[in-house]
Amino acid sequence: MWPAIIVASVGCYAIKLLGLSVPRKWLAHPRIAHTADLLPVALLTALVATQTFTNGRHLVIDARAAGLLAAIVALRFKAPFLVVVGVACLVAALVRLAA
Amino acid sequence: MADEELSETDPSWSTTRRAVLRDAIGVGVATGAYGLSFGAISVASGLSILQTCVLSLVLFSGGSQFALVGIVGGGGAPMTGAATALLLGVRNGFYGLRLSRLLRLRSWRRIAGAQLVIDESTAMSLARTSRPAARFAFWSTGLSVFLLWNLATLVGAVATKALHDPRVFGLDAAPPAAFLALMAPRLRAREPRVVALVAAIVAIASVPFVPTGVPVLLAAGVAVVAGFAGPRGFGSRKAAPDDDASAVEVRA
Repeated sequence: MWPAIIVASVGCYAIKLLGLSVPRKWLAHPRIAHTADLLPVALLTALVATQTFTNGRHLVIDARAAGLLAAIVALRFKAPFLVVVGVACLVAALVRLAA
Repeated sequence: MADEELSETDPSWSTTRRAVLRDAIGVGVATGAYGLSFGAISVASGLSILQTCVLSLVLFSGGSQFALVGIVGGGGAPMTGAATALLLGVRNGFYGLRLSRLLRLRSWRRIAGAQLVIDESTAMSLARTSRPAARFAFWSTGLSVFLLWNLATLVGAVATKALHDPRVFGLDAAPPAAFLALMAPRLRAREPRVVALVAAIVAIASVPFVPTGVPVLLAAGVAVVAGFAGPRGFGSRKAAPDDDASAVEVRA
């Protein structure tokens, strides 16, 4: 188990450091800069989508979808961050309880 | 948002600082709750308390950690788990590409800051409109999450049985809601909105066909296509002023 832990841990840190260390000159090109701008948005949304609608490699719609919907509604009402997260958890838990 | 729209100073710094700090602690608490379940799942998957804590301290990337222990817990080879964790960790490298221009970390700050390049600190940092606020958001969120995630991991690992299913209390709904809330300010403009929507569709559609970790990376392709072929990609956008060596240095 330890070799896997070390490989994953050191590897993940190296990836983080590498991203920060790419010379700024390379990133100065408008298209590259524009792409770098859009990357976090694409990655985070993909993460939201997969965390909500998948179970392993299966697509599912369950209580998490209700939680996300509740979060969107809370955001529409400009609720503060913790309220958004709290509402999502509460609704997901309630839907599960009801099911 | 583009860097040229980013102000170098923040006129209402003390107000901004308080707001950022409040959000940073909020994000830390939310991820900490999830950290409890990580500690528990990890120990339930057969890792020792020490191994569990090393993952949270050194790997420090929630998605990668859950993937690793999930695969091991499901009877998979540890190295398969490590490979999946690395695949999921690639996105942190992409975050770094964006953050390096924003944060301009040098020497030991970069060595220390690199460990804090995660979903939460990136999203919080990019939600800010001035450079001091973006930097403060990065460090405060990164440190808040690091502290509470590790503390929660230890507690969860020690107290295994009670929480080992994150679905209790709907905790598995917390990360997506948190990421959405953090991104909301960026999703007001049309282009990021379209990119976000297409990225989500690509990720979901590819889930049944590719290994864990790959769907999110395919979604990165959407950003690349939009970045190069989008309306502002054809040389119409001038280089950001912060790429100029004479750019004013601002406080950390």
